[in-house]
Amino acid sequence: MINDGLMTARLRRGEMTLGEKLWQMSWSLLFLIGTLAGIGVLMLYSAANGNMEPWASRHIARFGVGLVLLVTIALVDIRQWMRYAYWLYALAFVLLVAVEIKGTIGMGAQRWIDLGFFQLQPSELMKVALVLALARFFHGADLQDVARPLYLIGPALLALAPVALVLKQPDLGTALMLLAGGGVLFFAAGVRLWLFGVVLVAGLGTIPVAWQFLHDYQKDRVLTFIHPERDPLGAGYHILQSKIALGSGGMMGKGFLQGTQSHLNFLPEKQTDFIFVMLAEEFGMFAGMGLLVLYVLVLAYGMGIAIRARNQFGRLVAIGVTSTFFLYVFINVAMVMGLIPVVGVPLPLVSYGGTAMLTLMIAFGLLMSVWVHRDVQIGRRGAYDDG
Amino acid sequence: MQKDGDRSKVFTRRVVLLAGGKALLVTLLGARMYYLQVMEAEKYRTLAEENRINMRLIPPPRGRIVDRHGVPLAVNRQNFRALVIAERTRDLEQTLATFGRLVPLTDYDRQRVIKEIKRRRSFVPVAVRENLTWEQMAIVQVHAPDLPGVSIDEGLTRDYPYADMASHILGYVASVSEEDIDAGNDPLLQLPDFRIGKAGIEKVYDLPLRGTSGTSQVEVNAVGRMIRELRREDGEPGHEVQLTLDMRLQDYVSRRLGDESAACVVMDVHTGELLAMSSMPAYDPNAFARGLSNAEWGELAGNPRAPLRNKALAGQYSPGSTFKMVVALAALESGIMTPEQTVYCPGFLQLGNHRFHCWKRWGHGHMNLTSAIEQSCDVYFYEVSRRIGIERIAEMANRLGLGAPLNIELPGEAAGLIPTKAWKSATLGQPWVQGETLVASIGQGYVLATPLQLAVMTARIANDGLAVRPTLSRQAMVDGSLQEQPTPAFETLGISRSSLAVVRNAMWRVLNGNRGTARASAIDLDGITMAGKTGTSQVRRISMQERQSGVRGNDELPWKYRDHALFVAYAPAEAPRYAISVIVEHAGGGSRYAAPIAHDVMMETLRLDPSRRRAPEELAAIVDNPPPTPAERQAAEANADGAAAGPDGGGGAPTGERTE
Repeated sequence: MINDGLMTARLRRGEMTLGEKLWQMSWSLLFLIGTLAGIGVLMLYSAANGNMEPWASRHIARFGVGLVLLVTIALVDIRQWMRYAYWLYALAFVLLVAVEIKGTIGMGAQRWIDLGFFQLQPSELMKVALVLALARFFHGADLQDVARPLYLIGPALLALAPVALVLKQPDLGTALMLLAGGGVLFFAAGVRLWLFGVVLVAGLGTIPVAWQFLHDYQKDRVLTFIHPERDPLGAGYHILQSKIALGSGGMMGKGFLQGTQSHLNFLPEKQTDFIFVMLAEEFGMFAGMGLLVLYVLVLAYGMGIAIRARNQFGRLVAIGVTSTFFLYVFINVAMVMGLIPVVGVPLPLVSYGGTAMLTLMIAFGLLMSVWVHRDVQIGRRGAYDDG
Repeated sequence: MQKDGDRSKVFTRRVVLLAGGKALLVTLLGARMYYLQVMEAEKYRTLAEENRINMRLIPPPRGRIVDRHGVPLAVNRQNFRALVIAERTRDLEQTLATFGRLVPLTDYDRQRVIKEIKRRRSFVPVAVRENLTWEQMAIVQVHAPDLPGVSIDEGLTRDYPYADMASHILGYVASVSEEDIDAGNDPLLQLPDFRIGKAGIEKVYDLPLRGTSGTSQVEVNAVGRMIRELRREDGEPGHEVQLTLDMRLQDYVSRRLGDESAACVVMDVHTGELLAMSSMPAYDPNAFARGLSNAEWGELAGNPRAPLRNKALAGQYSPGSTFKMVVALAALESGIMTPEQTVYCPGFLQLGNHRFHCWKRWGHGHMNLTSAIEQSCDVYFYEVSRRIGIERIAEMANRLGLGAPLNIELPGEAAGLIPTKAWKSATLGQPWVQGETLVASIGQGYVLATPLQLAVMTARIANDGLAVRPTLSRQAMVDGSLQEQPTPAFETLGISRSSLAVVRNAMWRVLNGNRGTARASAIDLDGITMAGKTGTSQVRRISMQERQSGVRGNDELPWKYRDHALFVAYAPAEAPRYAISVIVEHAGGGSRYAAPIAHDVMMETLRLDPSRRRAPEELAAIVDNPPPTPAERQAAEANADGAAAGPDGGGGAPTGERTE
């Protein structure tokens, strides 16, 4: 009991050895993440018509690198992350501006910075950086503070500045995810519900204005979403083929490597955004539901961590990261099933793509760090707060 | 800590709210998945199959056309084509240039390939050169490493080994036209490379020859590239059509007619089977299957010797003196004339104030029926026709097969014309005058007949008055398939045997009598002889002035004003088997220009008599050594120019006849 009491006290102060930290890590969550990545490898193997090249093998390598990154981040003291939260946000912001100035043209939008060995997409990193920065901000705010609208101008700017930059790229999907991810932190920090109502109404009011600023292809996607039959061979083609692939998969699927829609290239972007469809086509509805269950388990873990954490920073980081993860899953799956317009969001851990994998592993690293340091108590300005 | 406790409570409450919202959204995803994959599954499964499966037609191989001995006349030949697939070349221009160094390639070809490649998807093969020779194909194969994207493909093209030797009978195949597509609902017609029969047997027997299409279900990917074949149903290959032709004879006849504008029909007098039916000059049907250039077409269509026309069927000529058998039979059957009754021929017959001249200016003297046919005395027939009238002549002509189509298996058959009083008043609105009967009696004036009709007429005389009908094939469509038909039993024409015997004897004397007009063309082959009748069909009237100032020799006239030479015959005279008719357009007298051809053709016919079994080696030799193509023939003739003798080396005293 004494040992236990001492242990708790040490935990509260964050005084843990490396071994203890490793012991504290949630290996079952890691196992879940690994399972999801494994499903990704399987589907990428199928997407390449039964080849490890070019996608599956690189997916494994990236996951390996990401895993090391995850563990490393998890072992770093949560207070360090809080200390450098604004700096990391600043770095991501600078990269985002850099991509604006000197980005590589890809997919009709400026999104990437070519690091030579890696195509970095700063908007992805920003998803994590924004969570960190907002968590840091709201960590120091009590319920009276967040009740004052003026107090919220600062964090609102923190969120809206990157959103504006990403919109300008233009990358509607990521912008919406940043906005929603930021909103979740405002919500979790206790911002009054009527304020959300006001913002929502104001947001809806600006839609007609915003419409004018949308690019033609974005308008096209929205219109096509509303009327998929508008242009069955043009913009509506992808979503129609995606629905055909899903529907024809039926309950039991067509079998591994047997998906006609995906293997005959009717399905677009099958290794990235539409990989869920391929899974559902080849393994049927049960496998699709199974994958969703895996994601829900990860979400449950994330929210459990958020509730269990003793420090506000950790709670906010955990709920922010979890919600970002949820947004990935929901937007991607809803998009390929024709529930929302095609916005270009990958399926986390399964889709092929370097930056998304990097972002997610960093995010899970932070989540894990919150879990490892769940009992650490942090003062308003980051000091120990035993009182 | 108290503050954090509040925050923590609010936080937890809001996380639970968030979790609820997320759960709701995930449920929505699940429901959507259920909707798509279970409720709508059938619909999307169908759509997916439609996406991936393409039905392709497999054209059946076209049936062969063979002669009576099975010698192939129209076959499908392996055609080696060089194809290029744009996406497999590194540099199309470079590949084509390399190809052009190996196999001659015209600029036109090169441009066509580039143009076609631009129009199509990059994986669609485009033909660079068709009809490669074996050597060319081998060269291309050997140089394959230097020719990325080039491959050799074997297709089937229609091939006529005898080229222009039987083109009017066989016809040709060509691309499907818009009207053809509208007319038939055979999906094969939609295939871009499909060929259908456009003339001759190829057209008439097109359906059985065509066969039925097979289908192949192939899996295609999103851009239409074929991935694999899922199912294949082979169609029915086309039926083989057997003709009654003896290609050896047909070949001989065509060569014998040579460069003349001429036609010749050889027919079995008992069965009506046509052993040869040639019309020269002809065209090369291979050129049609390949596709004709405008220049080639212009040359064929504009040629005054009408190579596109089957003169044996569609050519209508005044039969001239070959019509005299009809008049003779009409006279004998009417009872008005007996064979022995004579008519005096002073060289003309005076009717009113008009003189009808005999071809022999000073007359034949006393003529009976036999001598009148033997010497082709015109005045005798003027007199006979004056006595029996045009109606009896026309009736006999119709019985012998003249004046109406014979319904042979080929399109484009002309009816000919046998005038009657009713016909003239109906078409010209004028009454018949007796002079016209006289003119008709020697096969001039309104009377028109085709070489085929003349052969049938001769056959009906030779076979003792049976209504034999000509045919090119013993097969007929029964319930959608070609079936062998027995030789029909031909009904009798009701002409007395004695009359026919008299006429046949007279015809025999034309070749074998002392004064016969075609003595030079007589046959004596181990006691087998030929009987026949000469004819000269006048193309233009001879004016009074010309007659008085001396008729110019036919040879001096321009080609198109010269007389047509005709000859009809049958053999063996002792037991008739073959009837023949020959017409040489604008050649001159029948005895000089047509009879020698008939002589040679009949000799060959008797030599090839199909009642004698042919040795298999002999057949094989025919199959293995097809005759030279027209081009080769021209080249050979150019080499041997001057050395070759004229076609009408019949010899003997020319006994040109002239009728009016």
